[in-house]
Amino acid sequence: MGAKPKLSMYWAASCGGCEIALVNLNEKILAVDAAFDFMFCPCLLDTKKKDIEALPDGDIAITLFNGSLRTEENREMAHLMRKKSKILIAFGSCSSAGCVTALGNLSPKGENFKTIYLDSPSVDNPKGIIPTPHTTVPEGVLELPAYLDRVKSLAQEVDVDYFIPGCPPEPHQIWSVIQAVTSGKPLPPKGSVLGGGTSSVCEECSRTRGDKKIKELRRTFDFKPEPDLCLLEQGLICMGIATRNGCGALCPKVNMPCTGCYGPPEGVEDQGAKMIGALGSIVDVEGLKELKEEEINTKVDEWIRSIPDLAGTFYKYTLAESLLNQLKGRKK
Amino acid sequence: MTFEPKIVGFLCNWCSYAGADKAGASQMQYPPNVNVIRVMCSGRVDPQLVLKSFKAGADGVLILACHPKDCHYKEGNYRAASRNRVLLQLLQQFGIPEERCRFDYVSAGEGERFSKVIGETVEAVRALGPLELQ
Repeated sequence: MGAKPKLSMYWAASCGGCEIALVNLNEKILAVDAAFDFMFCPCLLDTKKKDIEALPDGDIAITLFNGSLRTEENREMAHLMRKKSKILIAFGSCSSAGCVTALGNLSPKGENFKTIYLDSPSVDNPKGIIPTPHTTVPEGVLELPAYLDRVKSLAQEVDVDYFIPGCPPEPHQIWSVIQAVTSGKPLPPKGSVLGGGTSSVCEECSRTRGDKKIKELRRTFDFKPEPDLCLLEQGLICMGIATRNGCGALCPKVNMPCTGCYGPPEGVEDQGAKMIGALGSIVDVEGLKELKEEEINTKVDEWIRSIPDLAGTFYKYTLAESLLNQLKGRKK
Repeated sequence: MTFEPKIVGFLCNWCSYAGADKAGASQMQYPPNVNVIRVMCSGRVDPQLVLKSFKAGADGVLILACHPKDCHYKEGNYRAASRNRVLLQLLQQFGIPEERCRFDYVSAGEGERFSKVIGETVEAVRALGPLELQ
């Protein structure tokens, strides 16, 4: 048994969906077990941090690291797993690009705490207690991992070998990566995205596409979309046009617009900027041609008004890696 | 020392770049803070280029296009105007005020207008100071 290469999976700031995606390999999980010694996964197994610390460096063949880095503990574990693993894979959109947790970067740290611990309608906190890394109680000092100023993707903290996108990654794509690793064939160059395509979700989407002239943007609760026509053409913000393929266009298949979980396609640095570029290409310009310069602005502002949170829509999964987020905290 | 902002200007080849030439040929004075990049059409200015400019150290970005109905490619300026409006709202969420990303129209004959737009943009960005996000 000891001869099998070690496989581990760690969760940082994550929801557990990535672990479910792994288990969704169903009976193929047996093949994973046959090929690897699956030895660390806090969600599923009882191995402890000290067991990992006791391993020689580079002893784990592959670590699937999911979740973003929100706390000091997440950061510490990222360094530990990097040290103990030969191949470190950022698994899922949180660890690849920050995902939903990174939207917290739009507000300063203090403001996040105020919302979470004081202002939320469901919070009952009459003493206004806010967690701190060290709290003195009669029995001694209690410690909590510190909350980092900004959420980071895994690669913003440690050296990452590969990235598997998705929220969560699709089981057939996880399987394709496992097959690639166990086949013994040479692996793709370091830094590659595995388990995804290189084009956009539109390539896998079976809906009919035509010339897009969008007069009005709408949201999913406004109407029932036509089942066969491109969702973007029906005025829904379908992120598929600015999102890497590989999922099989699952959401558009069930009449829901893509929200962008596979991140930007190959060669695109900033998913949100690309989506804005796309919106400029599909706006109904005929409706702008008779307008004066200032009226054009007003008309476009009205057009976009139905999307209340642009950053949350365009960077739902990639804010940590967005160009603007990288500017935060930089001093000139 | 006064802060000298760095501004990247994307000028359309057919109108605004010619407008800049006109300003130069007429020996008009305007501040030297705008680094001009000539593009074939304002519609070619991918919002990624704007964000990359900020990342590379620009304190402001200026996109100049043909006036409505004058676009050499018929509708590139409308596309550019639309993208800019959406981008401004996004920038605001990141704490970047709209004065740092100006979109305007300058025709080939408007040398004077070109120097006025450059002057206004430079002063607006100068007043905001260097681009630093919390």
